[in-house]
Amino acid sequence: MADLRTTVAGISFRNPLWLASGIWGESGNSLKGAWDAGAGGVVTKSIGSEPRMGYPNPTIETYDNWGMLNAMGLPNPGIDEYPQEIGVARDAGATVIGSVFGADADEFARLGERMAATGVVALELNLSCPHAKGLGSEIGQDPDQVREVVSAVKRAVRVPVIAKLTPNHYDVPLLAEAAEKAGADAISAINTVRAMAIDARLRRPVLAHGSGGLSGPAIKPVGLACVWQIFERVKIPIVGMGGIETADDVIEYLLAGARAVQVGTAVAFEGVGVFRRLGEELTRRLDALHVVQVADLVGAAHGAPAAP
Amino acid sequence: MRTITEVSERIVETPSTVTLRFRYTPAASPGQFVMIWLPGDDELPMSLSYTGEPKGVTIKAMGATTRAALSVQKGDLVGIRGPYGNHFDLTPRRILLVGGGSGTAVLAPAAEAAARAGSTVVAALGATTAAELLFVDRARAFSNRVEVATDDGTQGHHGYVTDVSQRLLREDSFDAVWTCGPEIMMRKVIAASEARHVPVYCSMERQMKCALGMCDACALGPYHVCSDGPVFPAERLTPLPEFGRTKRDSSGRRVPL
Repeated sequence: MADLRTTVAGISFRNPLWLASGIWGESGNSLKGAWDAGAGGVVTKSIGSEPRMGYPNPTIETYDNWGMLNAMGLPNPGIDEYPQEIGVARDAGATVIGSVFGADADEFARLGERMAATGVVALELNLSCPHAKGLGSEIGQDPDQVREVVSAVKRAVRVPVIAKLTPNHYDVPLLAEAAEKAGADAISAINTVRAMAIDARLRRPVLAHGSGGLSGPAIKPVGLACVWQIFERVKIPIVGMGGIETADDVIEYLLAGARAVQVGTAVAFEGVGVFRRLGEELTRRLDALHVVQVADLVGAAHGAPAAP
Repeated sequence: MRTITEVSERIVETPSTVTLRFRYTPAASPGQFVMIWLPGDDELPMSLSYTGEPKGVTIKAMGATTRAALSVQKGDLVGIRGPYGNHFDLTPRRILLVGGGSGTAVLAPAAEAAARAGSTVVAALGATTAAELLFVDRARAFSNRVEVATDDGTQGHHGYVTDVSQRLLREDSFDAVWTCGPEIMMRKVIAASEARHVPVYCSMERQMKCALGMCDACALGPYHVCSDGPVFPAERLTPLPEFGRTKRDSSGRRVPL
């Protein structure tokens, strides 16, 4: 039987299927639930310095089987309250990755330090949140700021640091290079794709916030392209995500260069049972392909013969 | 996806409670809820108080958004998605309903459907005062025993509805209790019913955002109220430290109920 274990930034995971940030991860019981359901790692909701209510509803729009649009507005209980939730998940034996967001490098570093102290195995920096200096833009849009944030966090913590990148940039690998130069231990990509919904009859945006982020099968090709390009330009490991629903989706991300993947929207569409199903499907699929271990597929589509 | 639909009827049920009826064709079972969007304002989870056509929700003014919902008029457009969640089991048997305040809104369609399917329903309905009693006439149509309680004694028993339900549990025998209302009330209903080995099903309420079992806003112990509920057998609730004590606010912090 194929070995599903994988290693990212020196940490071993029982399988490459992680719970993506923002899904289920606000409460410790839910993180535990995803772990118990078979996830190889669980990423927390992005946690900030203060409790944050998020945007008013509607925060979500769904599209039959192909996507989901959300503008939750980073609701989270704040770093003072959150350690008790992580405690619940860690007590269950879960491999927890702590996601944090901040307005600048100092805030990221402070939060990273406190998150690391909860016993998470790694940090994921949510670099796709609005930043304080230029309203409406994202820290993660600017390679210089990515470098500043990652450097500051690296100085503050010992656990591996994963930089989560936005796809809403003309040259995503440039951001990955900035993170790598600053000492990031891994890249995760992609966050949601900027998008919006307008109701024709009401003549107004559907989401209370106006625009939001698209996830689900619709963005899989975008995610694959980003992972592929990042793999060609950096040496550090990549955690891929965007629209993963089947074992073949996982394999495609591995072939593009990911060492692990994250699953989010499929949890909303199918429930947390998606982890067990994907794990079983992946094992069968790898066996059928005579692949012995996940690592054998990582980046294997690169260097495939070009068309004559 | 949402369906934009017109409010076809607006019924003032009590001084603080209004029912909105609208055409929304997806099949729904009693106990399920919809997300109702008031364009320009919030989107709220509301249990269906009418599961046939036209469907309906019954909204009580609690906070700013529910107060705004009360100002929706006939002809206004609202957005509906769902129905979501599980529903009451309509297997025919003897059922005791215990409704507190607007909690009766979700019990009424369930009891109607159960009675149609051959169940016998006895109803205990409570409110702060006579004018706030909800669906008493509606209950009389599906039950030949409806008892009411008001905190101020303006109608029926002077006191809590749990006094009435405890007496009914002593006087009569039931196969199931269905309850919805303040959690402190439901805890009392559970305690009295468990003493007599009658299973209790509670319709729970929590803040909701996605309603898809994803965002964690409605996390209750290991459950999501939107997808594992909103109807829970009591034995799932009583072990939870949150039940009857805390909920989560929009940020996910635990706050007192």
